[in-house]
Amino acid sequence: MQRFTVPALLGILLLSLVSLSYYEMIDLYIQSVIMFIGINIILSASLNIVNGYMGEFACGHAAFMAIGAYVTSVLNILLFTKDKFFGPALLPPEMALYFFPLTLLAGALVAALAGSLVAIPSFKTRGDYLAIITIAANFIVTSTIINVDAIGGARGFMGMKKIIYAMEDVVELPWMLIWVILSTFFTVWLIRRYVSSTYGKGIIAIHQDEVAAEIMSVNTNQMKLVAFMVSSGLAGLAGGLFAHILGYINPGSFGILKSTECLVMVYLGGMGSLSGSVLSAILFTLLLEGLRFVIPQINTLMHWMHLLPDTYQVSQVWKWVIIPLILVLVMQFRPEGIMGNKELSDIFPRLKKFYKFK
Amino acid sequence: MFDSIIQNIFNGLQWGSFYSLIALGYTLVYGVLTLINFAHGDIFMVGAYIAFFVATFFLKAASGLPGWVVLTLTLPLTMILTACVGVTLERIAYRPLRRKGANRLYVVITALMCGLILENGNLALLGASRKSFPELVDKVIYTTGAVSMTNLKIAVILSAILVFCLLQFIVTRTKIGMAMRAISYDKFAVPLMGIPIDTIIVFTFILGSSMAGLAGLLYSMSYPILDPYMGALIGWKAFIAAVVGGIGDIRGAFFGGFLLGFVEILVVAFFPSTFRDLIAFSILLLILVYKPTGLFGIAKTTKI
Amino acid sequence: MKRTLSCVGVCLLAVLMCSPCAWGKTIKIGFNIPLTGDIPKVGEESKFAAEMLREDINGAGGLEIGGEKYTLEFIYEDNESKAESAVSAALKLIERDQVLAIVGPNSSKQAVPGGQVCDDNRTPMISPWSTNPDTTKDRPWVFRAAFLDPFQGPVAVDFAMKKFNAKKSAVLFALANDYSKGLAEIFKADFEKKNGTGSVVAFESYGDKDQDFSAQLTKIVAAKPDFIFLPNNYNEVALIVKQAHDLGWKGPFMGADAWGNSELMTLCGDDCIGHYFSTHYAAAGATGATQEFIERYQKKYGYEPADVAALTWDATRIVLKGLQGMGKVTGKVRKDRKNLREAIAGIAEVDGITGKMKFDEQGDPIKCAVVVRISEKGEFVFTESVCP
Repeated sequence: MQRFTVPALLGILLLSLVSLSYYEMIDLYIQSVIMFIGINIILSASLNIVNGYMGEFACGHAAFMAIGAYVTSVLNILLFTKDKFFGPALLPPEMALYFFPLTLLAGALVAALAGSLVAIPSFKTRGDYLAIITIAANFIVTSTIINVDAIGGARGFMGMKKIIYAMEDVVELPWMLIWVILSTFFTVWLIRRYVSSTYGKGIIAIHQDEVAAEIMSVNTNQMKLVAFMVSSGLAGLAGGLFAHILGYINPGSFGILKSTECLVMVYLGGMGSLSGSVLSAILFTLLLEGLRFVIPQINTLMHWMHLLPDTYQVSQVWKWVIIPLILVLVMQFRPEGIMGNKELSDIFPRLKKFYKFK
Repeated sequence: MFDSIIQNIFNGLQWGSFYSLIALGYTLVYGVLTLINFAHGDIFMVGAYIAFFVATFFLKAASGLPGWVVLTLTLPLTMILTACVGVTLERIAYRPLRRKGANRLYVVITALMCGLILENGNLALLGASRKSFPELVDKVIYTTGAVSMTNLKIAVILSAILVFCLLQFIVTRTKIGMAMRAISYDKFAVPLMGIPIDTIIVFTFILGSSMAGLAGLLYSMSYPILDPYMGALIGWKAFIAAVVGGIGDIRGAFFGGFLLGFVEILVVAFFPSTFRDLIAFSILLLILVYKPTGLFGIAKTTKI
Repeated sequence: MKRTLSCVGVCLLAVLMCSPCAWGKTIKIGFNIPLTGDIPKVGEESKFAAEMLREDINGAGGLEIGGEKYTLEFIYEDNESKAESAVSAALKLIERDQVLAIVGPNSSKQAVPGGQVCDDNRTPMISPWSTNPDTTKDRPWVFRAAFLDPFQGPVAVDFAMKKFNAKKSAVLFALANDYSKGLAEIFKADFEKKNGTGSVVAFESYGDKDQDFSAQLTKIVAAKPDFIFLPNNYNEVALIVKQAHDLGWKGPFMGADAWGNSELMTLCGDDCIGHYFSTHYAAAGATGATQEFIERYQKKYGYEPADVAALTWDATRIVLKGLQGMGKVTGKVRKDRKNLREAIAGIAEVDGITGKMKFDEQGDPIKCAVVVRISEKGEFVFTESVCP
């Protein structure tokens, strides 16, 4: 019985969130925060495969997110809506509900293929040279998108809201929330299965010692290829969801800054810790949104206590000083991230009863 | 056509000089600590702001001073103050982590965060207005045919070369340079030889950050508009330049910087400029695919 | 230790709880502006302009709607100059703060998705600065205060052809900036239509946060155009003009509304003198309300306001006018929002500080553009007014 505790809990979580938002018990702002948390979980957990478990230093995760976002959006627009560039809809809009997961998958697949292009140089290049390849890939992807006018160029690409409306016309449910939560569960499940399988142990072996792993008959090239593809494919999935939550994408959203955010979440959570990635993604997003509320309070408090001159207001600018400062402090006290390379079940051994984590 | 090629070579030399100066700072720290100091681009930005404040201070305090006197006063002060910023970062953020034996990637992330703090702290404290750097030296434009040069551009190129020679001399010919190379060779055996490892690291940060300060001063003289985010992108690109040259090698950073400068300028000159980043980075990727350790990097043999 | 912690926690909670229960009758308006990110200056000016307006109204006892006085509460939300943050900021303002209307986002990158959110959630939004047609297109709840690119491009073309006798032109634009790119393309199409294909002899671009334009300018100078069109942000303009002069360019420049910032002259200095640009309003020689606004702003914050400040002022005034036109505030947010939208759409004409404007059916203003010349004293002097 205990084996089913976790799936049951997750199911209840999904159901309660969906019904809460269906009956408008939680407002759209909270919903959007939940969705961004989900997307950040997918991003940080997927980057953790390469940067955490495999120990490489890839810093162009946003590039794959961009590819997934654009491929999914273009496919959906092409199939289900009338667009001035792509012509009339190929399929009736009611089909969007059934095809949406497929288009998400297609975006993920293309992103995975793009990931394999980055993986091939990684057979030879190592360490910080690989970092450059990924950064350059990020620049190349965004500047390619800017140059393609069919998908909007620098103006961005929009119209994805129509897909959401088409889905809601069939069954009235908060569909994006459902898709995001399902994809998050899927990602965490997939990564957990992948890294705890015998096959996936290979990537941890590469992290420990690549030459030794090679001698122990681990096919390191294949391992790297698969790890990169899974990682970038999941980033593409996150991108597809991201595009449909916003209803608008722009190459500027997938710059080096977005990649930096992904990196921060991975290292904050701890290299090679899946629960760490999940936790840090939640914390990071909540911090980002929470400071919106806290900073005005700090401002009034400090003025109330006469710590500041009347002319100076503590504005939201301080948010991006406070967040890095918190992270630097976390690093000073826990130099291995929140979880290190442990999982939740290592810290609370009783959890092991409820789920297996090899 | 011929004129514009010559002109573009000069343009490339000037633009490459800045990449080189910043890449040299990256490479020095990397060579000694194998730490990618992502805050370096922002230290460069802080250097530019320090130069701005020092120069305006002298211009205001002693208004009769001619520009070149102000410049000679500003130059060492900027370098010293920027070096202080670099050393402070090392002391409060990197050293404790190093002592605790954290994985070096965590130090890299800390550096990234320190860069963000510098950028946004600047924004929060100084406000969003951009600063305009005062003109210290009268600009002289030399024109021959269709080729134009300014005295400033020549000064920039010369100082990049000078800095390179100086660093090369320090690293290869002096005792402290020998110690730096020794640390990069073996971090664990070196303290046993009686070399004060922390002193050497601080010295490295002083060298690297003062070069960033110099670059900041020269940059704000050539492009006299300062904003808090000016260091971010040029920092990333200089890092790319350093790696393409072969990170950890002084020559690599120097030539890598000029290579990136030239590639960016020449791509614009011969292709539609909308494809600049696309083509420039593809060329760099190709170089890395054929020379996986950069132009001057030496492949390390891994032992089990 | 634990006790002090809990004490602090309780205090913080108390502060958090107390703040929303403000007193008296207030009307909340949200501002979705970039206080950090690429263009913090734009956010700052928007905020200052709005703050000035709020102090005016509240100082006079509040806004009178249907015989009752309401104090205004402005909530400034940072969108970090990012699309996704603009969405969450808009949602936060709509759902948490229950604002009646949103002013902003400023640049189109955030205004397009922000407008989508406001339109979906039936909250009136007015973007002061966005020039992308998509921001308001087919969105009944979204308005704007700036004119559109397709209008501004031909203004520049006609003026340059008349003033400089231009037959050949060159364009240098920012590739990653949709404002700059869009305007450059419209300019090119219109110029070539009027002067034959190939009359735009150089059409060059640069990337995000670039500061060296020497290669592009070398190409442009070698092509010998009659003038250079620069639809760029003022900080880049200052660099471009200086570098073009270093490369031996002596001809004229023509710019667009993004030049119109007080900082242009402090950054650019003598190099910019004598050039022209099209904009929303001419700061020098402004009269009446415009002049008063500029002088007060300058006195209060120490610098001359840019067009974005003036446009935010106008945008906010439009919202206030809409509020007054509503008749009365019911207190039910959804209903008030709907009434407000109707009221704004029904405004016949606004006499703003950036000129008279009225809205077309898309929610875009029909208003005049002015061409200004940068005088020897560094002032933006009115030269010509072009109306649609």
